[in-house]
Amino acid sequence: MEALTALIIGTLVAAAVYLMLARNFMRFLFGLILLSNAANLTIFASGRMTPGAPALVPYGEDAPIGVVGNALPQALVLTAIVIGFGLLAFTLALAFEAYRRLRTMDSDKMRYAEPKEDRKG
Amino acid sequence: MNSIIFTAGARILVALVFVFSLFMLLRGHHLPGGGFIGGLLGAISFIVYALACGSEEARKALRVSPEGLAMVGLGIALAAGLVSALFGDPLFTGQWYWVGGDSYETALFSINSVLVFDIGVYLVVLGGILSLTFAFDEET
Amino acid sequence: MSWLLVMPIAIPFATAVVAFLVRMSPTGRWVSLGGSILSLVASVALLVAVLEHGVIAAQMSNWEAPFGITLVADYLGVVMVVITAITGLATAIYALGEIPERVEKLGYHALFQTLIAGVTGAFLTGDVFNLYVWFEVMLISSFGLLILGGSREQLDAGIKYVALNLVSTLVFLSGIGLLYGMTGTLNMADLRGAIAEVENQGLVTVVAMMFMVGFGVKAAVFPLFFWLPASYHTPSFAVSAVFAGLLTKVGVYAMMRMFTLVFVGDIGFTHEILIWVSALTMLTGVLGAAAQTDFRKILSFHIISQIGYMTLGLALYTPLALMGGVFYLVHHIIVKANLFLVSGVANKLAGHTDLNRIGGLYKSSPFLAALFIVPAFSLAGFPPLSGFWAKYLIVKASIELDAWLIAFVALFVGLLTIFSMTKIWGMAFWKPHPDGYDPTPDRVPDSVRIPMMIPIVGLAAMTIVIGFFPEPFVQFAEVAAMQLLDPAQYVEAVLGAQAEVQADLQADAPAGLQPDATTEEEQP
Repeated sequence: MEALTALIIGTLVAAAVYLMLARNFMRFLFGLILLSNAANLTIFASGRMTPGAPALVPYGEDAPIGVVGNALPQALVLTAIVIGFGLLAFTLALAFEAYRRLRTMDSDKMRYAEPKEDRKG
Repeated sequence: MNSIIFTAGARILVALVFVFSLFMLLRGHHLPGGGFIGGLLGAISFIVYALACGSEEARKALRVSPEGLAMVGLGIALAAGLVSALFGDPLFTGQWYWVGGDSYETALFSINSVLVFDIGVYLVVLGGILSLTFAFDEET
Repeated sequence: MSWLLVMPIAIPFATAVVAFLVRMSPTGRWVSLGGSILSLVASVALLVAVLEHGVIAAQMSNWEAPFGITLVADYLGVVMVVITAITGLATAIYALGEIPERVEKLGYHALFQTLIAGVTGAFLTGDVFNLYVWFEVMLISSFGLLILGGSREQLDAGIKYVALNLVSTLVFLSGIGLLYGMTGTLNMADLRGAIAEVENQGLVTVVAMMFMVGFGVKAAVFPLFFWLPASYHTPSFAVSAVFAGLLTKVGVYAMMRMFTLVFVGDIGFTHEILIWVSALTMLTGVLGAAAQTDFRKILSFHIISQIGYMTLGLALYTPLALMGGVFYLVHHIIVKANLFLVSGVANKLAGHTDLNRIGGLYKSSPFLAALFIVPAFSLAGFPPLSGFWAKYLIVKASIELDAWLIAFVALFVGLLTIFSMTKIWGMAFWKPHPDGYDPTPDRVPDSVRIPMMIPIVGLAAMTIVIGFFPEPFVQFAEVAAMQLLDPAQYVEAVLGAQAEVQADLQADAPAGLQPDATTEEEQP
């Protein structure tokens, strides 16, 4: 299971890097989404992949009974997914607004903040 | 979206999902559920409504601005965390008051700061997601 | 104890909530100002407590140390919190004059206070994952502040800032995942013990480098700084002052924390890399600044070059060097925020930030000129201003290690800093205005000018005080450096009496695994 997950993470990162090298900002954003999923999977896989019940405490007990899955990476991944979701949604909104105002998605043509210097002689 | 089937179906679906979101919110802490999941479900119900009848209608149905809702939720969650200091515990410790008993087994129900915190989270998630989706819906 | 540690974070959050709800009326800005004053009071109370008791820690919701969320304040953390509150207060006053009502209605004050809360949280947390969360709180509010107003330059800058910062965040997050996989804990104090027991020390170094890249982007060190000069000159001046003062410093702080507390297994490798990164950061930053003619762009590049000094303090890893690094952090936040505030006033008076298009400020407003001189010369390291002592400590530390080349680079960069500062001085203050008009202070109404001048005067006064009476500050930095180099007190404050029990349990467990009641399946 770990080997498979590692392969998936590797593929995701490779695809993400490929997309992020593109000039189009939308492709960069898609690459970012893949990379964020790769990071989340990394955390998930770090918690060790073992078959086990959900870490729930039954009624009237103080601790879960039997073999349960490690709950901490799940909590970490959930937090990371939520934060990633918020950030990526914000970035999408920003990209949309930038497209509306700058009329381009080509990051080479986004030179408003750093205009090309006019070389004087 | 101009589909009469979707619009008619959405009315029932929206109410059902929203009530289910409240159920998930109240069920939390001891059982799977809680403010975050409830907030997501609540946001989904309003998003379905916005898809069926337009985000303007959905904003009207929500009555308050989603951004304000999220900030109020943040305030509620913060207050629920700070209140434990009044009882001399470290901050964000859950405060429980059992009605009709003295523990989880014997009491009828409890008044606690954990639920207040969850309500805050619910509002943050609901408001945050709705403000983003409404903004997307109105821009396009 | 727990009150004191939470208040500097909770007050800005509460202020943000209130300020957002009243954003449509002018009350919002007074709420923000009041909140900033309260944060400063809370931070100073925390400082007093730390001076009295040493390192203090609090466990949120009573979960014991390695499992729950821990807040810790040691000397370095608490001084950063105080300086954050001071910068926050200065920019809150400045915003009274600068920020237009249109931007206030978009929720400027709420975003600003959330940013302060995020920065303070990052300084106080004792848990790596929690650090990530505070980074995100900080990032998302800084995104909002950066594009607030929505001009084309801001959107363009926002895209680059957001893109590169998100990549760094994801590198950092993957590093956290791997770190957890190796050690089974994310509590910083607990990590110190746990990381030494990891069998595969090579993997630890790899993860350390991932952290270094992640923090390096935030701190804007040499090959990773490109987002900074692309974005810092576009938002409003109050925002760029608080960005310049605080955001990159959070990256430097995180690096200082992780690379003194956790990643100390292979200093010969990680810290050696950091030395050369620092040297190149100093050089590229100052050379980039020499090529610019925009007030804020010059200052942005100087942030990069100054970051090099701070990371150098960490990289040399001697008590004197770390002491210089800590001193430099504090000095630089004050000075750099002040310079950005001055550039805002210069823009208001003379009409632009491009140095070719302004001038004559010395003749018409000599008071502003005097206030520019103080932070500018302090930045360049003129005695007896605060920057001199900061540079002196760093250079002395590198000479003690016989790192002559590094010492030379540090001095050379100081020289080029003087060049940039005199360029600003000559072009903005001395030469006559190219359009021929007189930028007298009367061109700006009092209600705008006075709130903008108060923080500049205050921060300049602090620079002078630190410069003339460096003794207590240097002593403070010395204790902070000692605590960084020997974190026994930090670990004890966090893990408390159970530290020994914990160590015993760890000895019994298979290497790299943390015994935990709910994670029994972790047996290999």
